[in-house]
Amino acid sequence: MKLSVGPLLYFWERDQVFAFYRMLAAAPIDSVYLGEVVCSKRRALKQEDWEAIGRDLAAAGKEVIFSTLALMEAESELAALARLAAGTATIEANDMAAVQLARGRPFVAGPHLNVYNGPTLRLLGALGARRWVAPLELDTAAIAELLTERPEDMECEVFAYGRMPLAFSARCFSARVRRHNKDDCNFVCAEERDGLTVYTREHEPLFALNGIQTQSAQVRNLLGGIGELKAAGVQMLRLSPHSHQAVPFSEVIEAFAHAVRGDETVQCPASALPGGYCGGPMLEAAR
Amino acid sequence: MAERPGIELVCPAGSLPALHAAIDNGADAVYLGFRDGLNARNFPGLNFSPAEAADGIKYAHRRGARVFVALNVYPRPSRWAAATAAVDAAADAGADALILADAGLLQYAAERHPALGRHLSVQGSATNWRALQFYRERFGIRRAVLPRVLSVAQVRRVIERCGIEIEVFGFGSLCIMVEGRCALSAHVTGESPNTHGVCSPAHAVRWQEQPSGRQARLNGVLIDEFAAHEAAGYPTLCKGRFEALGSVMHALEEPTSLNVLEILPQLLDAGVRAIKVEGRQRSPAYVAQVTRALRTALDACQRDPARYRPPVAPAAALARLTEGHAQTLGAYSRPWQ
Repeated sequence: MKLSVGPLLYFWERDQVFAFYRMLAAAPIDSVYLGEVVCSKRRALKQEDWEAIGRDLAAAGKEVIFSTLALMEAESELAALARLAAGTATIEANDMAAVQLARGRPFVAGPHLNVYNGPTLRLLGALGARRWVAPLELDTAAIAELLTERPEDMECEVFAYGRMPLAFSARCFSARVRRHNKDDCNFVCAEERDGLTVYTREHEPLFALNGIQTQSAQVRNLLGGIGELKAAGVQMLRLSPHSHQAVPFSEVIEAFAHAVRGDETVQCPASALPGGYCGGPMLEAAR
Repeated sequence: MAERPGIELVCPAGSLPALHAAIDNGADAVYLGFRDGLNARNFPGLNFSPAEAADGIKYAHRRGARVFVALNVYPRPSRWAAATAAVDAAADAGADALILADAGLLQYAAERHPALGRHLSVQGSATNWRALQFYRERFGIRRAVLPRVLSVAQVRRVIERCGIEIEVFGFGSLCIMVEGRCALSAHVTGESPNTHGVCSPAHAVRWQEQPSGRQARLNGVLIDEFAAHEAAGYPTLCKGRFEALGSVMHALEEPTSLNVLEILPQLLDAGVRAIKVEGRQRSPAYVAQVTRALRTALDACQRDPARYRPPVAPAAALARLTEGHAQTLGAYSRPWQ
């Protein structure tokens, strides 16, 4: 079982981003996904910055993959995608636009492509997908069932740690709750390094707003389910970045690194985020 | 009967009476689903058996209207055989097109029933021309229904470059997330549009009268609480009232309906081929009223787009049928975003 660190879903300051990836270069992980997946207006890092981070991580022995936007609307976004696809980087495709441009060479089928059955998985495999990140709403049993139909050379990766990306919208919710609209957002999503927690009227943490993305308030933590995931045929676990205020992320990586080596006693450090940990695939399963 | 030029009106049919109501009131096409849990309105008491669908298709064809069969969940392995059987059943029933989201199922339909039209469902999440190019080249789709996330200018741009017919939503309940990319309902209930064809499913809803008001819960989670003077809306997750930054608010969206009546000329000018009405779960009477209102407005718009103003009686009829008596242009209007 290998470990990856998924794309940074939040809008952090430039220095914080560089520091985070310097930490990863020395961490016991196999793969790192880079780039902006949520909002193309976030430009604290330019493409050249991401490429420089990618070179440093590759030099440290990590597999480097560039993730694409999940919701692609603007011509500028399609143009940026075309530039990325014209290069030599391996791509995680999160929209069929990216599949259309990456096809014919190895790519990762990201969690936001809708793959729910064998024929669709094999179709993507025939186009070049070599790894499939399961949709967030599939539980381990469903993934196991699907993997009996996978092409032979297709790896499977599962989102194993982090607030879960649940939905995308045209609307920016971080702006909306401050009575701004998206065209006048003032980049307020940068104010919450791990998303803005939304509670029910009974103060139960439910969602986290991250720009146009809605996440779970709960942090999915499948540390206790690694045996089942392995038995299902999963070969890689994705850890989704969180800030140091939320959790010492390097310790999360250490915990997972011990666990995949068979240490059954290891514990994750506690999360400081409202909502805590969710052991199942979704809140519903944990209730 | 010759096809009407310009924009086609595509209306929902959750039952044969609703199908009759849509066609009798001016729908150019209706869409329906089978009673098999494989379409996005998997509600008790709704939808068609294959025999009922065949009856409905005959009724429509005799009156010059078309019928599209929605089969737009993403079938998991255990439902794959049922999904391909439903594709075959739609072909046998004489449907004019299938509305599909799953790439594997699109491939199956293209190979097995090449003459049967294929539309990409809104659940297919294609929000740009490059993604549509993928579906066109791979599966020969004739039409796509766009997710409710694009501005009118973006819709126009997609149409200029995609090379297929574009259908957009015109009236009804408003999804504010990209369709096919929303797992809010899965998070709270374990069931979602993608997997089960449901959002915030009725079996998970509980209403509770409390001294503080009427509570709407979804799988136990409080989605909203309504005071005596407030109209209690269905607890759809994205329309709930939650606490954010210390205030209780509709953090994602208010209860409201999409209504494009005032921008019909812009949609016509952008090259939109069809306007879709949401609401297969609605009554035949609702379908009749909405269809009649939009038929009147579309005819007026297409006769003289430059002088078009939303006609008064249809506009009033639609306003009465909106959720929470509120209507919006949604993402078609940039400020909404």
